[in-house]
Amino acid sequence: MANVLVLAEISGGKVKKTTHSAVTFARKAAALLGGSYSILALGSDVSAVLGELAALGADKVLVAEAPTLEHYLAEHYAPVVAAAAGSFRVLVATASAFGKDLLPRVAARLDAGYAADVTELLSEGTSLRYKRPMFAGNAFGICRIESAVEVVSVRQSAFTAAEPTGSSSPVERLAVPAAGAGASRIEWVNLEQVKNERPELTEARVVVSGGRALKEQFYELLNPFADVLGAAIGASRAACDNGYCAPDLQVGQTGKVVAPALYFAVGISGAIQHLAGMKSSKIIVAINKDGDAPIFQVADYGLVGDLFKVLPELTTKLRALKDA
Amino acid sequence: MKVLVALKRVADPDNANKVKIPADGSKIDTTGLEWKPNPFDEYALETALRLTENGKTPKVRAGEVVVVTFGPPETETTLRSALATGADRAIRVNATDEQLDGMTVALGLKKLVETEQPDLVLVGKQAVDGDTNQVAQLLAELLDWPQATFAATIREEAGGLVVGREVDDGVLSVRLKFPAVVSVDLRIVAPRSVFSLHTDPAHKYNEGVRFAPLPAIMQARKKPLETKQLADVAPGARAKVTYVSFEAPPKRKAGVKIADVDALLDKLKNEAKAL
Ligand SMILES: Cc1cc2nc3c(=O)[nH]c(=O)nc-3n(C[C@H](O)[C@H](O)[C@H](O)COP(=O)(O)OP(=O)(O)OC[C@H]3O[C@@H](n4cnc5c(N)ncnc54)[C@H](O)[C@@H]3O)c2cc1C
Repeated sequence: MANVLVLAEISGGKVKKTTHSAVTFARKAAALLGGSYSILALGSDVSAVLGELAALGADKVLVAEAPTLEHYLAEHYAPVVAAAAGSFRVLVATASAFGKDLLPRVAARLDAGYAADVTELLSEGTSLRYKRPMFAGNAFGICRIESAVEVVSVRQSAFTAAEPTGSSSPVERLAVPAAGAGASRIEWVNLEQVKNERPELTEARVVVSGGRALKEQFYELLNPFADVLGAAIGASRAACDNGYCAPDLQVGQTGKVVAPALYFAVGISGAIQHLAGMKSSKIIVAINKDGDAPIFQVADYGLVGDLFKVLPELTTKLRALKDA
Repeated sequence: MKVLVALKRVADPDNANKVKIPADGSKIDTTGLEWKPNPFDEYALETALRLTENGKTPKVRAGEVVVVTFGPPETETTLRSALATGADRAIRVNATDEQLDGMTVALGLKKLVETEQPDLVLVGKQAVDGDTNQVAQLLAELLDWPQATFAATIREEAGGLVVGREVDDGVLSVRLKFPAVVSVDLRIVAPRSVFSLHTDPAHKYNEGVRFAPLPAIMQARKKPLETKQLADVAPGARAKVTYVSFEAPPKRKAGVKIADVDALLDKLKNEAKAL
């Protein structure tokens, strides 16, 4: 069997864009293997997203619906995904919080190898090779997986979102196997969502990130700047830890990985762990009052100065430029 | 509460940009880099200590923390410092670094869990060398236990925990019944992230992890440290992910310093065409 199964990420009744990156990977993998790809959707009722998934050129859209699948919990999802993936060669999802939480559990259930956060798909004959970052992106390992099913999570920023093909893939319903004892000892309580009207950090064309230096003025200074650019807002760990901004804004080795066309690092020193999350951005601009800050080693354009002066000026002039 | 904490040592993460890849791509060479405990594992240990004490000065211990590492004899340094910080007992599973991968460690931990019978296994969410982020999830499935990964807050209640998990769009709370597996994220070491049944609700920890006082370092030498063999705890385990080669990342070329905002806007508009 040389087919690929994409695990869709569905949240709040919508297909997350992470799914489309996994589909891009699946198209490449299926082409290398001479097989096809299917998409698996789980939930209590996924009817609202089937049209969108069916248009992505998949061989089939597999659907598993049950009341126990309403909220994502690995203990309930893993048995379903493992049962579905058993007849595929590769199982792939994006390395979002969802994919990172679920896929290793599925791999253990399938007694399969798992390659995390893959940035490139290679091959030798019909054997797949996965390139993945290690040591905060300071090395890449190229690995192969030796198990009947190969379980892979992919880095969203390394695989552009797949476009629909206009297909209408047939839908096939799967039986939902009983969950194990672990599932009876966990309960979904609630999701405290941070309201955010901006583009998703991992999908935005422009990201403006702030560091410790912004202090309590984090949003006050970054909001108007991000508004003019239509940008997503990111942050360093120090800004998140100190409560200047929401924790889900963290960019880095252990936060979100972004690769926008334009990245602004404002008052961020450029620690290894931060660079790991933004080094692949196309253009990097750094604003820092310390001319020796390591961020300047990766910045295309560096402005040495006090952000409390530079940022308001930049915002005003940019707005004027845009309005002109 | 009895907690089992898994610890790994890694090549100094703050100097990860000094790792070298030989021209033949055969390995990642970390020669010259100091071994450090994986930061997330230090956070896991700190979490375990917070959960098994009353959070007062002087602290009263209310439970047991067993630390485990997999590795060659010199990894006992990692265990000794964990004992000095407050762990009660240590186990080293003797193995070479080459023998170990996430699945092998998870299989070994499963065996140890069966003998130790902890209420909770705590690990860091990822080791910052391999950056794989998998051991908690693998172990939870092998044991058929519930899992809560990327924990930013933990509140103990009768028979279990409420865990706040940092996910992509906020904080997701789940309620777990013991026994369970939890992997911790950065914010777990904030002053008010961990509350056991014994913690004074008004208590505030210092930000970050605690350091071992000198007398504790001496005493730690007398705490029990047991050695087991990998072949006994994970018989037949075999890595299913094999690395065929390694590469250095593409280098970014150094950029330029810009004099002022006007010059920056000009560059972005006319040179980079990024606006
Ligand atoms: C296990 C682990 C995981 C981590 N993961 C991440 C991660 O995913 N992402 C991440 O970002 N970090 C991460 N870190 C933390 C990382 O090591 C750094 O501590 C952090 O990135 C520093 O944040 P910062 O640059 O905002 O703060 P600092 O390093 O304190 O830098 C502040 C900068 O602001 C500049 N500045 C100050 N005032 C002004 C002013 N008025 N105008 C202009 N510039 C000014 C200073 O010159 C300085 O360069 C991790 C650390 C560990 C141990």
